[in-house]
Amino acid sequence: MIHDFTYLKPGTVKEAVAMLSDHVDECKIICGGQSLLIVMRQGLIATDYLIDIKGLKELDYIKYDDKEGLKIGATTTHKSIEKSALLKEKYPVLPIMEERLASLQTRNWGTIGGNLAHADAAGDPAPVLIALDAKIKVGSKAGERVFELGEFYTDLFETAMNHEEMVLEVQVPPMAPKTACAYKKFNLLQNDMGVVGVAVKITVDASGTCTDARVILGNAGVTPVRAKSAEQILVGKKLDEAVLVKAGEAAADDADPVSDIHASEEFRRHLIKVLTKRMARQAWEQAVKLG
Amino acid sequence: MEKKIITLRVNKQDYELYINPKTLLVEAIRDYIGLTGTKRGCETVSCGACSVLVGDLAVKACSVLAMQCDGMEITTSEGLEDNGKLAPIQKAFLDEGAYQCGFCTSGMLMTTSGLLKENANPTKQEVKEAIEGNICRCTGYNSIVRAVERVAKGMYKEESL
Repeated sequence: MIHDFTYLKPGTVKEAVAMLSDHVDECKIICGGQSLLIVMRQGLIATDYLIDIKGLKELDYIKYDDKEGLKIGATTTHKSIEKSALLKEKYPVLPIMEERLASLQTRNWGTIGGNLAHADAAGDPAPVLIALDAKIKVGSKAGERVFELGEFYTDLFETAMNHEEMVLEVQVPPMAPKTACAYKKFNLLQNDMGVVGVAVKITVDASGTCTDARVILGNAGVTPVRAKSAEQILVGKKLDEAVLVKAGEAAADDADPVSDIHASEEFRRHLIKVLTKRMARQAWEQAVKLG
Repeated sequence: MEKKIITLRVNKQDYELYINPKTLLVEAIRDYIGLTGTKRGCETVSCGACSVLVGDLAVKACSVLAMQCDGMEITTSEGLEDNGKLAPIQKAFLDEGAYQCGFCTSGMLMTTSGLLKENANPTKQEVKEAIEGNICRCTGYNSIVRAVERVAKGMYKEESL
């Protein structure tokens, strides 16, 4: 049973942050609500005020320029990202990730800002966006702040935002030359939450040597995990089988996964090892082919 | 809590509702408007039995607040037919026997209608991917996929609405 709440519908971001500051600790923001309504019905969240930002058109955009990179507004739906011709060209990993994010119905209504703010460790967008060195812009009545997305998550379902702030925008820098990113999650049904997910971004030089790497693990800890020791193994090398295997093993060591009904800790580490190897190879092969 | 007045345009008819804002779209459609073709299944965004179209987009009505659809055009399975004439997708489900117990059927019809509005000629793989969010425990899905393929192939064109 959902706790009774007073429904507020701001017409602008300015109105939304004013409402937030009026009801700080007794309100929640809803956008698509594809995660929030479930936990509200389970009684895990009981809020006295609900601020509905789904209709804020000013945050519904996907913009790109070569200098500043990509900007996606918080109320942009997963569907818009999945179908964006611009993203398919500039950041193909994002539409590929979205294709397997939950069901078609959820992608039609759910939003990127809501997904990132919900801070579910098994969420798909966060690991990929962190691998792309994304930033997240949040706003309150006091002004705006920008976080590295990799530093945004503090604990399970917890972010570095204070209670007067809301997510406004995701920012992704332009892709460096000869750089590619790959993401895969392991699950039993294709569009379930990942038992684990791995995003790897690889940059190579003209000789095919890896000059920069990001390895980000999803559902491998209470927040997305950056597998720095795996990255260190990849950088400076050509990614042959031996290097890839070592990187996979290092990523499995960097992870801190739980045991639950879906998989044991041991099985999750095994999956991380395999997926890291495969995604690093895939990103490396794509990057080598790029001009 | 303050009750709110909203207007939902369901199957081309306006309904003015005076509701608790926590009312879910599926509750508004079934309990307030009385259209029970839309089913309540899992209520955790898993089974898809409550799928309806908001505009041209299929959504799960158990995970959308009715408030968020104020003024919007909603189509339920009852809205597919036109003056007693079945829509192509409904005819195709009949012809392929794409249901047994029938509980998932209205959700399946709405999800696949949404797919066909966006992509009139989906591949078999695209049909399968589109209904991933709809669970059917009877058919094994093959007859449902075949039904959508029949419509995509234009087999009901001469009688389409």
